[in-house]
Amino acid sequence: MNGTRYVKDRLRRSMMFVPGNNPGMIADSRIYGADSIMFDLEDSVSLAEKDAARFLVYQALKTLDFGKKEIVVRVNDLGSGLGVRDLEAIIPAGVHVVRLPKTDGPQDIIDCEREIARIEQAHGIPVGATGMMAAIESAGGVLNAREIARASDRLIGIALGAEDYVTDLKTVRSDGTELFFARSMILHAARAAGIAALDTVYSDVNDEEGFLAEVELIHKLGFDGKSVINPRQIAPLHRAFIPSERDLRKAYDVIAAIEEANARGSGVISLNGKMIDRPIVLRARRLIALAEADRMAREE
Amino acid sequence: MDELLHTIPHIDRISHRGAFAGAGAKRTETFRARSGKDNKVLPSLEEAVRAAGLRDGMTISFHHHFRGGDHVVNQVLDTLAAMGFRDLTLAASSLADVHAPLIRHIQNGVVTHIETSGLRGQLAEEISRGLLECPVVFRSHGGRAAAIGSGEVHIDVAFLGAPSCDPYGNANGYSRDDDTSIACGSMGYARTDAKYADKVIILTNNLVRYPNAPWAIPEYDVDYIVVTDDIGDPAGIMSGATRYTKNPKELLIAQTAANVIDAAGYLYDGFSMQMGSGGASLAVARFLRQMMLEKKIRCRFALGGITGQITAMHEEGMIDRILDVQSFDLDAALSLKKNRFHHQIDATYYASFLFAAAVDQLDFVILSALEIDTNFNVNVLTGSDGVIRGAIGGHPDTAAGASLSVVVAPLTRGRIPTVIDRVNTIVTPGAVVDVVVTDQGIAVNPRRPEVAEKLKKAGMKVYTIQQLKDRAEALAGRPDPIRYKDRIVGVVMYRDNTVIDVIRQIDED
Repeated sequence: MNGTRYVKDRLRRSMMFVPGNNPGMIADSRIYGADSIMFDLEDSVSLAEKDAARFLVYQALKTLDFGKKEIVVRVNDLGSGLGVRDLEAIIPAGVHVVRLPKTDGPQDIIDCEREIARIEQAHGIPVGATGMMAAIESAGGVLNAREIARASDRLIGIALGAEDYVTDLKTVRSDGTELFFARSMILHAARAAGIAALDTVYSDVNDEEGFLAEVELIHKLGFDGKSVINPRQIAPLHRAFIPSERDLRKAYDVIAAIEEANARGSGVISLNGKMIDRPIVLRARRLIALAEADRMAREE
Repeated sequence: MDELLHTIPHIDRISHRGAFAGAGAKRTETFRARSGKDNKVLPSLEEAVRAAGLRDGMTISFHHHFRGGDHVVNQVLDTLAAMGFRDLTLAASSLADVHAPLIRHIQNGVVTHIETSGLRGQLAEEISRGLLECPVVFRSHGGRAAAIGSGEVHIDVAFLGAPSCDPYGNANGYSRDDDTSIACGSMGYARTDAKYADKVIILTNNLVRYPNAPWAIPEYDVDYIVVTDDIGDPAGIMSGATRYTKNPKELLIAQTAANVIDAAGYLYDGFSMQMGSGGASLAVARFLRQMMLEKKIRCRFALGGITGQITAMHEEGMIDRILDVQSFDLDAALSLKKNRFHHQIDATYYASFLFAAAVDQLDFVILSALEIDTNFNVNVLTGSDGVIRGAIGGHPDTAAGASLSVVVAPLTRGRIPTVIDRVNTIVTPGAVVDVVVTDQGIAVNPRRPEVAEKLKKAGMKVYTIQQLKDRAEALAGRPDPIRYKDRIVGVVMYRDNTVIDVIRQIDED
């Protein structure tokens, strides 16, 4: 890990939003099994509460035990004048990943990274220890997704923030058609940069059917995971991402077949009469890694 | 005629009451004409009290099936106070917030001793401050039934509110004659009082025609009937269906509890269960239902306080039988009225340790807790400030009877830890508590290593109760001990009516 606080490639099926001004929810945040916990200092905190929330999240990071969870803090954008103060509190407190809202272009990332590096240096933290992720919430941001995703080595992923985005597009959220381009764009940008692609929240907590349909869609598209606003969404989300017994057995068969072929020194690999090529092996490995990560996450 | 008796060989071995001396007058008026006058209805509560022969120093009893909507206790005590009675023992199956007016009757010496399952609200606070000279005796539902049945608690006059009663005393918590809005469903606790009390007065707002079948209380257990407009507030007695919680923490606890039951091997075709009406324990039913559908299994019987969630599963064909000692909501009451295999039972049948009670046939029970200590003792009676604010209910009865007792509670409530070194009041001893499920982890009583093994095998993380306590303290800190005075204000009985703990007066100085 060479001194970094974050792991670039890890399980990120669920990133749970926790309002930074709610002590009860902050204290309970680890119990719901989310892969990442995201304390929010931005939109869920009113202007009058900003200082209190920053102080609360700082104390939480310093004192609470979150086990092996990834701890993310969504800071206010730097233009607001609050973002830098947020960074000055949470970086010394040990945040793993800083989530930058409303990222419109690579310059936003570069500016933020400069501040992070300055604060790390000032506190004797190895420069580069803190990870970053960017939320893209505008038409311009979506078009710049490729450059954003490559703007810093610290980036662990990019995420779609749909509420602002659809407003920018002059539409509203409906069946997902309106997000199809943004999702595809962000996914491609993330994959080309080798980082995670994270989907937006589903706001109607009581519509489990709608939530599951959206989860199925983004899982099929290739997203790593999704932001959630209520702990009740975590279990169904994870279930959708866990490989089925059957797929897992197939994956183990594939791995066994290549190991056997390697032992024989044979270059041609087949399983049940079908050729196994590189993508099949890669997918099998990924599936097994996912199942293993899920098992470990549940034991934690 | 008497000579005839002497001619019968071995007459001393034949039970008889002498020789026949005439059949008495034969009645000829119609059934309808007869029931209008020759019955047990008295014009006022005062007359019924006088007829029952109530005297100072006697024990009167009440049921709590009208819960927060009960008007019977206050109405009767106001009447008894006006009639000048003193030094009465009030033996209620439970008391609630609504019974705060009792404070006045205690101050005036009308009531000098109380037996109950629980106390809440202002009355509970005043008791905790030392209002009563004689300590309040707290018994479980099963313990109370046993004490009444064995005569340890002798009821002189029972005052039992009934949502339906006929002129001869066949009384019930609903009526099949009409849709009365004041139905309370089962009258399980009242039935034990009616059976053992010397005199029984039914208070009803709904006098129906004979015979009020089905009945909870048969006419031969009833002496007098008083018709009154007001036995309770329907909205306080019960309303709609108890709703499932949406609180994510309660849902998490419930899901974990359901997983525990499954992993421990108690979720099989034909199992039996009981669950409470609290948020988390009620929500367990929802997760169990899902698991039952997946496994294609059914529950043989559900016991206890019954909710609409249980009756809905019964109507879906997932629960074969319901044994109902107390209906928690209107859906449960309606189900009792219409479903043949939703069966009303009395407190003795439910939980008395003197008999093989229904609690002894439970696979598992889900129970809540105010406090749990590192010896697995559970408190459901006193709050973290030492003030009485709860009821024993069937907690120790079901924990002892069930093969797996699962206690569910959040690890902390606000800044108050739930798992602590020593509970303020032991209500259910750790000897009958098997598993504790909190939002932050599970602990299994070391008495049940095989359960811990099974949970681990199913991939669940099991902590020691000490670890849970440490975690609670890490989150919430260690509260200062509660300050009590020496004076004892409450005596807590275990279900066998041995004294398990005492409650002391709180020290506010």
